[in-house]
Amino acid sequence: MQNTIKKINTKLKTVFVQWFPAVILIFSLLVIWEISCRLADVPKWLLPVPTDIIVELYEHWNLLLRHSFVTLYEILIGFSFSIISGILIGGLIVYSKTLEKAIYPIIISSQTIPIIAIAPILLVWFGYGLLPKILVVGLIAFFPIAVNTIDGLKSIDDDLVNMMKTLGANKSQIFKKIQIPNSLPYIFTGLRIGMAASVIGAVISEWVGSSEGLGYLMIRSKPQFLTERVFAAIFLLSIIGFLLFLLVNYCEKKIVYWRTLSE
Amino acid sequence: MRTAGIHQAVFFYIIMNPIINIKNLSKSFIDESSNENTMILHHIDFHMNDGEFVSLIGPSGCGKSTLLNIISGLDNPDNGEINISDIQSNNRLGKLSYMQQKDLLLPWKTVLDNSILGLEVQNENKRVSEQKAVELLETFGLSGYENYYPNQISGGMRQRASFLRTILTNKKILLLDEPFSALDSITRSQMQKWLLKLWKQFNKTILLVTHDIDEAIFLSDRIYVMQNNNFNSMQIIHVELPRPRTREIVLDDSFIKIKKEILPLIEN
Repeated sequence: MQNTIKKINTKLKTVFVQWFPAVILIFSLLVIWEISCRLADVPKWLLPVPTDIIVELYEHWNLLLRHSFVTLYEILIGFSFSIISGILIGGLIVYSKTLEKAIYPIIISSQTIPIIAIAPILLVWFGYGLLPKILVVGLIAFFPIAVNTIDGLKSIDDDLVNMMKTLGANKSQIFKKIQIPNSLPYIFTGLRIGMAASVIGAVISEWVGSSEGLGYLMIRSKPQFLTERVFAAIFLLSIIGFLLFLLVNYCEKKIVYWRTLSE
Repeated sequence: MRTAGIHQAVFFYIIMNPIINIKNLSKSFIDESSNENTMILHHIDFHMNDGEFVSLIGPSGCGKSTLLNIISGLDNPDNGEINISDIQSNNRLGKLSYMQQKDLLLPWKTVLDNSILGLEVQNENKRVSEQKAVELLETFGLSGYENYYPNQISGGMRQRASFLRTILTNKKILLLDEPFSALDSITRSQMQKWLLKLWKQFNKTILLVTHDIDEAIFLSDRIYVMQNNNFNSMQIIHVELPRPRTREIVLDDSFIKIKKEILPLIEN
């Protein structure tokens, strides 16, 4: 019992020590922002102070939360779609030389198309609903996940493959037992990049045309000079991004457990 | 008289039936930068008898590892014959045990799961395989460490875990490619003594590649010395030292005599 408390205490201490400088820095920047805006008497519609944003969050949390969930939903569905397709297609490309020749050039060249630019076309085709947002998020996060999966599956130590061969392993056993576990750290790198991109994808596709979500709220609040609401939306977007980042990190620690083993 | 006769007969039988027999083997590689064909192995003759401990020694770049890769089936010769008893087909992969220089343990598997990898690949029952491995943990100095991951144990232990994986595949012939070269000299010396014990206990035929002359003499029945000059490049040294051997044997005159025989061959 006492041991557990001690353990939790040391863990809290390390978390505290690790985050303390960042927290102090952010807090002092916020204070400087608040004080200088008040001293210079900057109007609220031009640049609201942090306390304005906090008040906005408090007073309209119902509205903000509803739109946050819409955006979060789009990100989660689109991101899941890109994880599945990215890993699957990446795997197929590495597994089959023919598929590699057929698909890989298409994937690479398709990246010269700015995905965000096709958002208006998707709007024309699929309307104001969820589908075009999910498609944009999915497409934008697909590439980093697929490329990192391919990298991970290919970056295998030849000696390991030879070792498996001398044990009598066939191609699919080598793929399953060596290449897939070896690719996991790479896939998580792809997931982190894709995660950040998918938040951007969701917001921009909402700007292009939508009737709900944080991006929509920003577009609607701007002409009304509700700048503090735009800031509140940005704050909530970064919270969403941060939480998803923590989620990916947590999954990585659980799945790529051998990377964080203590000696 | 009679027993001597039988021994002679058995001896003769073994000589006549080598477990590995290689005749006139050649291998060359194409150098990618100059596009030249470099001959690595030039008309090699090589054989190993059942239960023998043979070392292959020579300077780096002389083709030791290439020969081992060919015997294991990872590579194929350009010319020549390879006959390995009990192996009819041309595909030798998975039919000999081959331990490479690096331990090549999988970081995501525990010591126990790593050691049964060969059996796992052969689709053997997991419980039975684990049972076999657990029985040998003590012999391999790994008891109590079966649930550790490779980067939680020492270099010597990793090498032994890799060894356990090799032994558990249960093949008659063991090919070892400088298995101790990454270890410090004390651990290395312990591993050598331990290898001799294992060789007797499991009744294996061992081919060891090494660049350490003392190691080769201490362990082997016979030593093939490979040289860098192209022609007639394999010399055979018979090590007729009594067994079991102790560490002190390296100070013995007979040991030093063999060493004096080998040194000029390598320096050349």
